[in-house]
Amino acid sequence: MSSINVDDESDSATFPGQRPPRATVGSAHIEEEVFGKAYDPRTVRRIWEFVHPYRMRIYLSVAAVLVFTATQLAIPLIIGFAIDAGMTQGGDTTNLVWAIAAFATVVVLNFAASWVQEKQVGQVAENVLFDMRRAMFARLQAVSLSFMDKTEVGRLMSRLQGDVNSMQEFLETSVISIGDLVLLFGIVGVLLSLDWALGLLTLATMPALFIVRIFWLPRAKRAFWAAHETNSATNGAMAEGINGVRTIQNLDRQHVNFDLYDDKAWANHKTQLTGSKYAQVMVPIVDTLTGISMATVIVVGGSMVLNGGLQVGVIVAFLFYIQRFFDPIRSLTMQYSIMQRAMTSGRRITEVLDVPVSIADKPDAKTLTGDMDGSVDFDNVVFGYDPKRPVLKNVSFHVNPGETVALVGPTGSGKTSAMALVHRFYEVQSGAVRVGGFDVRDITQESLGEQVAMVLQEPFLFTGSVFENIRYNKASATLDDVIAASKAVGAHEFIARLPDGYDTILEQRGSNFSLGQRQLLSFARALVADAKILVLDEATANIDSYTERQIQKALETLLEGRTGLVIAHRLATIRGADRIIVLQNGELIEQGNHDQLMAKNGLYARLYTMNYASFDDIPDELVNSVSEEKGRT
Amino acid sequence: MTTLSAGRERSRGDARAHVAAAHKGQGRSPLLRITMLSLRHYWQVAIAIGATIIAAVLQLTIPRLLGQAIDQAQNIFSVSTEGAQQALWTTALLLLVVSIARGIFTLFQNYFAESVGHHVGYELRLAFYDKVQRLSYSYHDKVHSGDLITVGLLDLDGIRIFFSTGLVRVVLLSILIGVGAYMLLSTDVLLGLLALSFVPFVAWRSSVAQLSLRKTWLALQEKLSRLTRVMEENLGGIRVVRAFSGQKHELDKFDAASVDALSLAHERTRIRVKNTSLMTLSFFTAMGLVLWVGGNKVIAGEISLGTLASFLTFMTILQMPVRQLGMMVNSFARASTCGNRFFAFIDAPVDIKDKPGVRDLAITKGTLAFNDVDFTYAGATHPTLTGINFSAAAGETIGIVGAPGSGKSTLAHLIARFYDVTDGSITIDGQDIRDVTLDSLRTKVAIVQQDTFLFTTTIENNIAYGNPWAKETRIETAAESAQLHNYIMGLPAEYDTVVGERGVSLSGGQRQRLSIARSLVLKPAVMVFDDSTAAIDAGTEHRIRSAIRRYAKDRITIIIAHRLSSLMHADTILFMEDGKIVEQGSHADLIALGGRYRALYDLQVRPIEDPEHREVIQ
Repeated sequence: MSSINVDDESDSATFPGQRPPRATVGSAHIEEEVFGKAYDPRTVRRIWEFVHPYRMRIYLSVAAVLVFTATQLAIPLIIGFAIDAGMTQGGDTTNLVWAIAAFATVVVLNFAASWVQEKQVGQVAENVLFDMRRAMFARLQAVSLSFMDKTEVGRLMSRLQGDVNSMQEFLETSVISIGDLVLLFGIVGVLLSLDWALGLLTLATMPALFIVRIFWLPRAKRAFWAAHETNSATNGAMAEGINGVRTIQNLDRQHVNFDLYDDKAWANHKTQLTGSKYAQVMVPIVDTLTGISMATVIVVGGSMVLNGGLQVGVIVAFLFYIQRFFDPIRSLTMQYSIMQRAMTSGRRITEVLDVPVSIADKPDAKTLTGDMDGSVDFDNVVFGYDPKRPVLKNVSFHVNPGETVALVGPTGSGKTSAMALVHRFYEVQSGAVRVGGFDVRDITQESLGEQVAMVLQEPFLFTGSVFENIRYNKASATLDDVIAASKAVGAHEFIARLPDGYDTILEQRGSNFSLGQRQLLSFARALVADAKILVLDEATANIDSYTERQIQKALETLLEGRTGLVIAHRLATIRGADRIIVLQNGELIEQGNHDQLMAKNGLYARLYTMNYASFDDIPDELVNSVSEEKGRT
Repeated sequence: MTTLSAGRERSRGDARAHVAAAHKGQGRSPLLRITMLSLRHYWQVAIAIGATIIAAVLQLTIPRLLGQAIDQAQNIFSVSTEGAQQALWTTALLLLVVSIARGIFTLFQNYFAESVGHHVGYELRLAFYDKVQRLSYSYHDKVHSGDLITVGLLDLDGIRIFFSTGLVRVVLLSILIGVGAYMLLSTDVLLGLLALSFVPFVAWRSSVAQLSLRKTWLALQEKLSRLTRVMEENLGGIRVVRAFSGQKHELDKFDAASVDALSLAHERTRIRVKNTSLMTLSFFTAMGLVLWVGGNKVIAGEISLGTLASFLTFMTILQMPVRQLGMMVNSFARASTCGNRFFAFIDAPVDIKDKPGVRDLAITKGTLAFNDVDFTYAGATHPTLTGINFSAAAGETIGIVGAPGSGKSTLAHLIARFYDVTDGSITIDGQDIRDVTLDSLRTKVAIVQQDTFLFTTTIENNIAYGNPWAKETRIETAAESAQLHNYIMGLPAEYDTVVGERGVSLSGGQRQRLSIARSLVLKPAVMVFDDSTAAIDAGTEHRIRSAIRRYAKDRITIIIAHRLSSLMHADTILFMEDGKIVEQGSHADLIALGGRYRALYDLQVRPIEDPEHREVIQ
């Protein structure tokens, strides 16, 4: 223990007007910038697999976008034609009629094409988004738990949500980009064919815009990214202020936090303004270039008309095109960033889709049926999460049908891993685990799950009603079954008292229930599953004695007529078991019932006589000293 | 370390003044309040509006100039060729100047409009954050944190963009349509009417579309959040899913949520596509009519070709803003609903705050007393605490036991004034806790809560959360006392290791120990352990207790626990039932009394063969 006096006043002087040294709000986490390659053939191929089912609709929309672009190109031409083919004082109206008829046709085509194209592209992109998400989700249901153990839920969620969204954006804009590209070349072609000299002069501003945007884009992107970053940092700090409000008030941090939040909000304010500047600076540039092009057409084209070298309708058409031709350049340069984002997202999505499924049913896997005997065998099982460091070393034991076996042992002895193997969450390195006489690798995982129910240490509940939670995936269970199970474990009483009884919705995974109550609900869930074998990891947290007693009773009900494997922490549970298996450092060191083990005077007996209410309460050093002692004798 | 006063830029203004401004205008309509907040930046508002007007007028002259150029090119006024050329040059130059000027004024319009919005957004963020921190537990008990986040994010955004997408656009559109219509109609009534004929239809469709898109957007968000929940719970509870072989069931849940969301997304696409296509159709139809009627008029010699061209270009200029009219309508609708929610939150009364002119809590002897305290939660019919009387002096330990729901935690919360007593009083050294400043009270009363909230920052900052000025040695001492120091030293970056949501995750016991260390840094006069050792094993708890006992002589320690071994050593034990203290005394007294405490003791401590062993735990 340090010799510093905690009550020394001098070590906590405050400095008004300054930020304290050890204070932050929100996390300092910086997201990685997601701009990489804009084209990656492998990723594109994988994306195409998802688009493939909808390819006819994509082809249709590409055709529609081409028609749409053609109509956009045609309209100024028709106007120009109408003007030149007789729109002078006293001219002939026949051509005007034709022009109007052509105009009407084009407009109808334009309407139909835009409808088809936008609808098809939009809906296909949405379909692809949902398909990708489902494929990833389905993959995650099949991959081994070792992968899930290593991967943060938050990171997976960002792939299931953020990454699929940028794929959707990419698909939508890709088809439109084809149209933009055609439009761009179309305008250039039409202008040059109308009058190549005037066309070249008019188009002279186009490269200027390209150059400006090439300089502008990376800077603007940085500014937009910074704005995005500071915004999410500020929002993160706000969310923390809401979620942690009780702790903040408890520790009286409101004032410090307000100042720190102000710093963040102000930094955000400034980057937002910088972002605005970058976005808006393009406006006068584009307007200036448009102005230059229009002025050119007026002076040069106008002179040509005056000299009779050009018809006036051409000038009108030119002026119409000029007002359009910066739009495709703008969206095409944006498309580059979208593609970069999409490639990164695509790669991340493929990573999830390609996670190997290490535990799969054999092609000839049998179905484990309810008439198997309910025995469990561990036959020289060796297992480790890291193959070089086995957690279980040559463990063998047999559990008779209907028997309750308590697994005990200090933390890290391999109890939890042994339980997981019964359910084939992981694959053994050597040896075999048999359920009802069948090697778990020879039966389907689904049928194994139906015969082996599990209660985890931390009761995990889903959002939904109490009824749905207890029934879970046993679709055949009726409300009566659920009530009967709840009554059997002693949960009915508090469920019945809830405002909507069994229809009460659990908020945020049952946070409106106490830990003990959640435990009882998870017991009821296991009871409804009605499996032959029950694997249970007893909770270690201290629950109030009243609920505790109820849980003990429920446990008895639950184990009745079933084979039970219990990772036991409570002495009451351990003593109630038919047999106790003591594990230490991955080895089975002794087994027998309570009296036999007491008589043996081994680790179990020594731990038991220490008289803690639970084995988990025994400090590590005591456990170690006992086992060392044992090692010496 | 930044100095507040010096580091503060002038434009940032005083944060507290911003907060005060956001509270002005209670009871007024939200749109009025947003406008008032915007007007605090009157210079920027003036520039934005002025630039909008100028830009719109400049915009309107462009079709005129183009039309004029067409006429000049045809030399319909039959001047000399040089004269006509001269005129073309003048028009072109004018057009260039107008284009550049329009661009620059549009830049000012957009930038300053957004700037006003960002300023208002910044100020409202501060007001929102401040309010969240001020509202007491009873408010936060009622309101779901997710709903508050929605108010702070989405509603605030709806308000922020109102100035640029709502107010400024009203000015822009009124000028474009108003002045534009005047110009067209004064030139040719029939042609003007035809040119404008698409405006009402597009305005109507675009408003309808925007409003229904917003409605379906909200519905879609709800469906998507359901989908998110299904995925999140599945991944978080993957062991349960696997344990019950629930993969198919989970995929079904996913599909159900997904299909709903997808069909709504399709619905939104349909609405959008239908309306944009119809709007384009109506625009081109009007253009066709202008071309037809105008063409005939040109042939009849009623108007010049240039006039017709200026009508057509005018239509193209007007098209975009008219289409965006729906966005403007939506902006008003959104600002109004968002504003309603946001200001309702800002205006919510704060029930626990300093009385005017109160002084700081002065600790003299360090005594705490509950005097006939009754407490009923707001909205509850049944009192949670009735007639609580007890007192404690510095150095004493009080233990509190009782069944869940007997009022133990509530009692703890009252000491830090997270709620105010309904009747009676709580005093510290004779001062009613309602008559001292909240800051001074809460730094002297530390409550170690059941659930530990970890902030995503270093473990050191987390421990120093209540006193970020604390010296390193003090933080380490606190961690040592809480039996957390050794664990921390084993972490990759020791005290600089980031914990919390995005960092290293701590076990329940480690979190509770961190929470204890946090309170120890505060040097409290009253320290309450609210069932905060449930996840800590008895041995570690014992070591924590002996470590902090050395500093406990000037402090009152209150221990709430289910495990009797946690509080058997207390000077006084209160046994609570239904909000009342039913038994009170030392462990020995209560055992001798043979009442409820005794019964609980018998229930919890297993019958043991050799009573001497019990000493191990003590």
